[in-house]
Amino acid sequence: MNEKLLEIKNLKTSFRIEDRYYAAVDDVSLTVNENEVLAIVGESGCGKSALAFSLMGLHNRAKIEGDVLFKGDDVTKYSAGQMNRLRGHEMSMIFQDPLTALNPLMRIGDQIGEVLLLHNKKLSNSKRKSKAVSLLERAGIARPEHVYEQFPHELSGGMRQRVVIAIAIANDPEVLIADEPTTALDATIQSQILDLLNELKEDMNAGIILITHDLGVVAEMADRVAVMYAGQIVEVADVHDLFGNPQHPYTRSLLSSVPNAESIDSKLHVIQGIVPSLKNLPREGCRFRSRIPWIDGAAHEENPRLHEIRPNHFVRCTCYKDFYFPDEEKGDQNHGIS
Amino acid sequence: MAFLEVKDLKVHFPVKGGIFGRTVDHIKAVDGVSFSLEQGKTYGLVGESGSGKTTTGRAIIGLNKITAGKVSYDGHDITNIKKAGLDVRKEIQMIFQDPYSSLNPKKRVLDIIAEPLRNYEKLSKQEEKKRVQELVELVGLSPESIVKYPHQFSGGQRQRIGVARAIALKPKLIIADEPVSALDVSVQAQVLNFMEDIQEEMGLTYIFIGHDLGVIRHMCDDIGIMYKGRYVEEGTVEDIFNNPQHIYTKRLVAAIPDINPENRKGLINYRHEIQREYEQFYDDYFGDDGLAYSLKPISDTHLVALPEKG
Repeated sequence: MNEKLLEIKNLKTSFRIEDRYYAAVDDVSLTVNENEVLAIVGESGCGKSALAFSLMGLHNRAKIEGDVLFKGDDVTKYSAGQMNRLRGHEMSMIFQDPLTALNPLMRIGDQIGEVLLLHNKKLSNSKRKSKAVSLLERAGIARPEHVYEQFPHELSGGMRQRVVIAIAIANDPEVLIADEPTTALDATIQSQILDLLNELKEDMNAGIILITHDLGVVAEMADRVAVMYAGQIVEVADVHDLFGNPQHPYTRSLLSSVPNAESIDSKLHVIQGIVPSLKNLPREGCRFRSRIPWIDGAAHEENPRLHEIRPNHFVRCTCYKDFYFPDEEKGDQNHGIS
Repeated sequence: MAFLEVKDLKVHFPVKGGIFGRTVDHIKAVDGVSFSLEQGKTYGLVGESGSGKTTTGRAIIGLNKITAGKVSYDGHDITNIKKAGLDVRKEIQMIFQDPYSSLNPKKRVLDIIAEPLRNYEKLSKQEEKKRVQELVELVGLSPESIVKYPHQFSGGQRQRIGVARAIALKPKLIIADEPVSALDVSVQAQVLNFMEDIQEEMGLTYIFIGHDLGVIRHMCDDIGIMYKGRYVEEGTVEDIFNNPQHIYTKRLVAAIPDINPENRKGLINYRHEIQREYEQFYDDYFGDDGLAYSLKPISDTHLVALPEKG
């Protein structure tokens, strides 16, 4: 059994808008184990990135409630200094846009060196350089000595993302949070970067939280998947369960809106309405209710909880039992992709 | 005769250098591209960033200057679109990639959509408002939204405003440059369905520029694959996806993420195999200058830039 690395308990992140706090991440509980990829999926505005930023302590003004336990230690109680030591050391993050994540005025080598120095002040210059070069090599860069001397603008998007990854793994983190790591990249580069992340996971025995909106990436990378909607987890399951036997209406709607080989001659499924903004979030009842208006209101729970419908497969609200797509026969239980 | 015919299109950008800013070199963004498409069809232009697919689209509509080659539309030569007369410019429209930057934030939706009407048609204020309201309803927004500003809409709604502007003059050909790349999957589905609907209703022809092969497969009838400003392969959807011949196309098709996690292992092995093949045969498939060879037909619909040596 792999060891629990990160345990998130009832995490709630609220932002202030006009003197009131609104929860962007609402009562999220998750665990990340060693050598595991946990994917968090959802559309923009569902609170995926707000969750990641809360874990890393990167929010400036948000109100954070609940616990984040890193190997049993509650990091939400950490001081700024303690948090700084944790960040980049035990936990590090890969950002979406590699161009804005890198300093355009610093050479690649110096940017990696900076991270190394922060966590080990006694490192000599020559050691620092050799370590930085080996990190670049590990991130799959072909001519690491050459890239070491270059500036970010001289590199392609895929190379930049590799540099960002090299920085993130500089201090052998145990938890790696990747926030849309391949969204800005071409498909062939994307599959290379995903390969790299998989290798690193195996090598470092790390836990990876992969945040993405791309279900294809999830299907290829994840061990477990959490689907987020409007700040809440609506479904958590093993990746094979989630794609083979999706239950929550949101998960099923998302899956059927992706164009694939079978959908060529048919219309894609469209989810009615839009993701509600933070201020207009329905705080009571099923949050997905307004987007499936053809489902009887009685199908929803009053206070939707996560139900364990099979071992390790959780679904929020009871409406999944009565859900059907408007263009299929009511009671047609033949869903999933197989 | 083909509806749109592009023949040996070249778009070269000068590189200025030296103290007098003389042209020292050229970047060959598009270097000899030919294709033709039929009315009512959707033609996909695919490639990775920097392959010249957007430049090709922009050159057809006259946003990039054509260095050499010929573009003919419905029998008219429109290589120099400014001299080709106003009608052609009305009939070809463009949808841009980023719905956040392609709409003027200081203008109301009414003014954004009415702009092409004001340029080409003399309408009274009332008529104009009525037309814009019809268009807005056609793209599925409420008629009141014409007095709103772009920031009051979501990404998908903004893209619909961009579409409404593009169809205001009842065009025949729409060049859609990555119209859904900036959108979430469910919103993407909305825009794609809608584009198919208006294609049927208005008999539109699309040039669909994209890098997401899943979307391309869903939308297009014929596809051209570009690499470094040249075509490496052209064919129907079936040709490209079920029978890719060029090593570059094979690699692109292999990189499409599969939504079924059960296929994961097989796909990874397949990709490694293709990657090995790619590295091994790269020099055979591309000439000494790193560019693709010229296309050769291997069936009625399927053209491939196969190696010339050996």
